[in-house]
Amino acid sequence: MIRPDFSRRSLLAGGAGLLLAGCDRVIQIPAARKILFAGEDMQRGLHRALQNRGALAPEFTPAQMSPVFRSNGTRDPNTPAYKAMVANRFADWRLAVGGLVDRPLSLSLADLRALPNRSQITRHDCVEGWSAIGQWTGPMLGNVLKAAGVRESARYVVFTCADLYGGAPYYESIDMIDAFHPQTILAWAMNGRPLDIPHGAPVRLRVERQLGYKHAKYLMRIDAVASLDGIGKGKGGFWEDTVDYDWYAGI
Amino acid sequence: MVTEPVDDIAAPGTLIRRHGLVTRIWHWVNAVAIFVLLGSGLGISNAHPRLYWGRYGANFDHAWLQLPRFPAWITIPASYNLAISRRWHLFFALVLGFGLLAYMIGSLLNRHFRRDLTLRRTELTRRHLWADFRAHLNFRFHDPERPRDYNIFQKLSYIVVLFVMLPLVILTGIALSPGMDAAWPWVLDVLGGRQSARSVHFMMATLIGLFTIVHLVLVILAGAGNEVRSMITGRWRVPAE
Repeated sequence: MIRPDFSRRSLLAGGAGLLLAGCDRVIQIPAARKILFAGEDMQRGLHRALQNRGALAPEFTPAQMSPVFRSNGTRDPNTPAYKAMVANRFADWRLAVGGLVDRPLSLSLADLRALPNRSQITRHDCVEGWSAIGQWTGPMLGNVLKAAGVRESARYVVFTCADLYGGAPYYESIDMIDAFHPQTILAWAMNGRPLDIPHGAPVRLRVERQLGYKHAKYLMRIDAVASLDGIGKGKGGFWEDTVDYDWYAGI
Repeated sequence: MVTEPVDDIAAPGTLIRRHGLVTRIWHWVNAVAIFVLLGSGLGISNAHPRLYWGRYGANFDHAWLQLPRFPAWITIPASYNLAISRRWHLFFALVLGFGLLAYMIGSLLNRHFRRDLTLRRTELTRRHLWADFRAHLNFRFHDPERPRDYNIFQKLSYIVVLFVMLPLVILTGIALSPGMDAAWPWVLDVLGGRQSARSVHFMMATLIGLFTIVHLVLVILAGAGNEVRSMITGRWRVPAE
């Protein structure tokens, strides 16, 4: 009576191990991988259906801010070009706004500060699982794009950064819904002070309804594009290209 | 149903209809989902194995629990890969959520909940609970007079899993999504912040994992062949006394 039970039990444990290993086999099958990766589009579709276009990410009070805001990813681009910009306190830094726009722009920090600015205390969620709450200040990306005369044909906005990965700059991209979202800002200040190097000086993107890796730091260029094909490996961002992170990082 | 009224005492050895179609389909879909979600969830946990209470929480903040690094044999994928763990997790999160929703609607329509999960006052008396506990110790998991019915501990554990653990693991999962936090900010208010939600998410996953282990052990003790068949064809043989 007892013996068959034990053999069944070990069969069960062994079965679970095989099933786990089976998952690693399954994802090697292109069709299965495609179905699994379609989860991203389903989640994005659900979010877009359940969210108002302008639905705001939660904002917090100063008392609710993290005592220490962890930095992550590149903590210092450390390239000669970046060091030169740091040396003269980003006086020569210019943000190029181009692509599908009628009036390409070249904006200095003073230009960005002169625009109507928005301050928001929001939560930064890393894909790894941690969260930090901080205050960000900067002009709305939507206003910058409007000033540049972004064209109807633009479907994505691509951000190119000063930090290099394997010789190529970090880049990210978002769609026009997030680009024109009121909390999507080009932050030049954090917690009331000019942005420091670990957090993306002189300017980083804040796209508050998505995870941290979308919030491109050390911004150099913004391009409105019709398609992500031909940029990097075409998946819309450095981590998306390199390790299959989701392009839609709302979850 | 007409041929087998619920209150008829089925003699030991006879085959009776035990599980409805909705229950059986959902059971297996959900079994796959739970398996994948637990494995991929442990892989995701390895990316930042610290749990916090409150709205924020990162390395400089106080963690109430430092989790172990989960070994390769228990994570999906086996080798650490946060992106692929997330792909598995976020796809099967939809299977879990919508599967549960469909099962619940189906179980209201086919009266599974009312017929099988309604607690009777007599079942909750101390005497009945004690008698059923002793019956469990004797490896007897059904009432010979009502062999089709779930026993009281089965009912209570299914109720807790269906109406507390699974809804809470889904709700806390939703709270982890910055996109859903914008869509449904009340979720964070209910749960007391994203990092609290993450802690509760992990606790619910642990309880669901423990439930699954106990469930599998009891299936074996009750007779795996009979139990598994009843969850495939719906037919269950009343055990001999």
